[in-house]
Amino acid sequence: MTALIAILILGLIGLAFGALLGYASIKFKVEGDPLAQQIDELLPQTQCGQCGYPGCKPYAEAVANGEAINKCAPGGDETIKKIADLMGVEPIAMDESHEADNTPKVAFIIEEDCIGCTKCIQACPVDAIIGATKQMHTIITDECTGCDLCVAPCPVDCIEMRPIEKTTRNWQWDLESIPVTEVK
Amino acid sequence: MESVIERIERGQFWPFHGGINPPEMKFLTNEKPIRSLPLPEKLVIPVQQHIGEPGDLLVAVGDTVLKGQALTKASAPLMVPVHAPTSGKITNINLHVIAHPSGLSELCVTLVPDGEDRWRKRHITENFHELSKDTLIEKIADAGISGMGGAGFPTHVKVNTQAQINYLIINAAECEPYITADDLLVRENAGTILDGINILDKVLEPAFILIGIEDNKPLAIEALRRQTQDIDKIKVCVLPTKYPMGGEKQLIQALTGQEVASGVLPSALGIVMQNIATCFAIAEAVISDTPLIKRVITVSGQALSKPQNVWALLGTPVSFLLKQCGYPEQTKKHIIMGGPMMGFSLASDEIPVVKTTNCLLAPSEKEIPDDNIEVECIRCGQCADACPAQLLPQELQWSAKAQDYEQLNKLNLFDCIECGACAYVCPSHIPLVHYYRVAKAEIREQKLLDIKAEKAKQRFEARKARLERDKRIREEKHKKAAEARKARMNSGTKEANKEKSAVAAALARVQAKKQQKAPDDDNQPNDNDKSPVAAAIARAKAKKAAKQNTTSKQKPIADDDKSTRVAAAVAKAKAKKAQASAHTKDDTPDSYTDNTQKADSVDTTEQSPKSTQAENDKKARVAAAVAKAKAKKAQASTPTQDDEPDSNSKDNTQETASVDTTEQSSTSSQAENDKKARIAAAVAKAKAKKAQASAPTQDDEPDSNSKDNTQKSESVDTAEQSSTSSQAENDKKARIAAAVAKAKAKAKAKKAQASAPTQDDEPDSTSKDNTQETESVDTTEQTSVSVETDNDKKARIAAAVAKAKAKKQQKNSKAN
Repeated sequence: MTALIAILILGLIGLAFGALLGYASIKFKVEGDPLAQQIDELLPQTQCGQCGYPGCKPYAEAVANGEAINKCAPGGDETIKKIADLMGVEPIAMDESHEADNTPKVAFIIEEDCIGCTKCIQACPVDAIIGATKQMHTIITDECTGCDLCVAPCPVDCIEMRPIEKTTRNWQWDLESIPVTEVK
Repeated sequence: MESVIERIERGQFWPFHGGINPPEMKFLTNEKPIRSLPLPEKLVIPVQQHIGEPGDLLVAVGDTVLKGQALTKASAPLMVPVHAPTSGKITNINLHVIAHPSGLSELCVTLVPDGEDRWRKRHITENFHELSKDTLIEKIADAGISGMGGAGFPTHVKVNTQAQINYLIINAAECEPYITADDLLVRENAGTILDGINILDKVLEPAFILIGIEDNKPLAIEALRRQTQDIDKIKVCVLPTKYPMGGEKQLIQALTGQEVASGVLPSALGIVMQNIATCFAIAEAVISDTPLIKRVITVSGQALSKPQNVWALLGTPVSFLLKQCGYPEQTKKHIIMGGPMMGFSLASDEIPVVKTTNCLLAPSEKEIPDDNIEVECIRCGQCADACPAQLLPQELQWSAKAQDYEQLNKLNLFDCIECGACAYVCPSHIPLVHYYRVAKAEIREQKLLDIKAEKAKQRFEARKARLERDKRIREEKHKKAAEARKARMNSGTKEANKEKSAVAAALARVQAKKQQKAPDDDNQPNDNDKSPVAAAIARAKAKKAAKQNTTSKQKPIADDDKSTRVAAAVAKAKAKKAQASAHTKDDTPDSYTDNTQKADSVDTTEQSPKSTQAENDKKARVAAAVAKAKAKKAQASTPTQDDEPDSNSKDNTQETASVDTTEQSSTSSQAENDKKARIAAAVAKAKAKKAQASAPTQDDEPDSNSKDNTQKSESVDTAEQSSTSSQAENDKKARIAAAVAKAKAKAKAKKAQASAPTQDDEPDSTSKDNTQETESVDTTEQTSVSVETDNDKKARIAAAVAKAKAKKQQKNSKAN
């Protein structure tokens, strides 16, 4: 009798917890791959495709599934380090096939050369180019991620990548420039 | 609240943590009155002199402006206008190095004074108490006033608060050593300052107004007390001298005992703080309609022979002020803008003074030595004792050096007011504030990048969604159109029957083609030999194009390059062949499967031999040259591919049309041959030129490609059929067909000639051409096929329909 009660109680407890877990798994279901999402947040979102994937999110998903973490050229070593921290792996050097230079750049259209072919507009992953057929195009500098994708399709080579200009707004203090001195 | 006032009345204040007492150097300048200076040779007025956005320019180079005239206007809340400090001419609007630690350039208006100092029309306000709050704020905004203590926050934004204000604090602490500008301003203009305070009182309606002033300015305190003795609301609070008493948070704590928490604005505590120089500017702006065009600047330092406070027009170059105050001519210049604790060294002495400049310091070598070498931190902890923000400077320093921004945020780096007290007390001469500034800038930059990345992500996703949606809509449209067509065809009306028969005709044509291959063996050995080759080439090309399309995103150049080079080689070979065997039967099918340009060029070569044997050689050579040039060009323009089917397909149709014309005409009648062929050749040449012009726009889209191919193959049919029909030459129908073709060729030749120079921009007309072409093809084909095979029922029906159409078109062409 005691054994039966014990089994019954344990069985009931088991059922209750099972129901609870089942409910929780439905109620708190995580949509998508949380790891891929976290990696995606670390990527610079230039959508440049230099990693070989069509955008940052696909690369994040690939990394979550075991792709090498050193393929994000615009992110550079910092991004590699961050992803390595997140994934708990050793940071590795940047993939050799990628350019080491990751100074932030934006595209610039030499407007007098533009023939209005709209090819760059179709290439831009973030719709940062405005223009129409046979009308001059121009770049919305604030939206440009510097991904380089518009340069190749241009039939008249009127797009070039220019480093972002230093202004008082994005200027960084240089430790060497002004020594702090004390008043005696 | 009463207790705060009681305490203040008893002369007691709250202490704030840390702080230092650097040596007072105010004696250099506080004995002398504020000096007025002559007009400088030129004024350089930066368009932006405050925190926020620069205003929109109102003037252009060459304009003559009056004193006080606005140079920019504000179109957004955080914009502040700037005004002409004197009358004169605008000589330049360009980038000029500005008062910023970076020494970077920003947009500046250069004004050369005319010496007359003529004012614009001013409206003196007799009694500002009659004005409404909004009018007062508007006047403050129009006068271009921004905080004059150092930060430069737009004053009209700061005073336009909805919060209930308990204390309006007037900051006259002036805690930096050396600076005496506010001290002298109060002493000389206490009355005007009181007006300014009263205006702020009217705008903000605070319960109390506290004027915080350090006890090292006895004359200024006396002047303020004298002015405010009858006003209960205003309390002059004399505070002990301690750096940084003038910090906003420190002064609030000292006066009210309230600590402003991290990330909280003082207005949330019912407190607004204004600098006393700002009060003066407000009074000037409201009462005498004088915008902010000049300010008191302490020009001090032991390198100067005549250190003094001066009234400087905004935009005066630093070099002019230094010269006026006796700065010795020396090569190595070290000038600090702002106080010695928080100021920054200037990159050039051509930098103009701005609204926030309260001090120019020209120290002697002895005063501020720059040979202090940073050594290791000895963990003495003096910095933490000195920090008025109660941070841990030493910890911050470690994290800043390690670029551990997360930890820096945890240590509340952004509460650092960069007062420099920690660096001042550091026995190891560590430039702590510098490390913080670098780290702050990095973190800010990172935040901006994060925001940008987020935006880019959103835009990317939005674009992807849009493309998918468009694709879906297109597919749906196509599906609907197909269904509608089906429904129409099954409806049983006359038009439906017509369409049905067109389809039937097409089917029959395909069949006819198949059957034709066997009996045509002896007729066209050339063709038959070549057609499988051509087909193979076409297939290979289609494959390559497909491949290109999939890989073009990654490597459009390499692939394309190769394919066009191959194409170019083929074209060259063909041109040569054409030249060599000028009078042999054409290798049209081959060329048609090829690129448009090549087809075109080969046509030229084809046409010319047919027309006249004499001209043959020359023309062929010309054509070959053209073909070669084209091949080269195609090679050169490899990286340039077109995704737009419009122009190309148009060109293509034109070309094929012309080819039809010429061929048909040449085969139909030998008599007319010469003339027509020559015309055709001319047309072809014109087209070749056009194609050459549009050479950089090559096609890579599969749609247009396939379209091209079909068009081309159709034209090939025409050629074949016409020749077969003329060779058969016994059937009546065939003759009719030939006649029809002739008529059409004429019409088309005309049309082509007309449209060639104007480059036919109407898609309608070309499509019309197209349909006509295909129909004519049907006609000729069907007629011949019916003669040769004559057993298929469908084919016969189709032939009948084709006959009807041929008649109709004959009519049409006559009408044309």
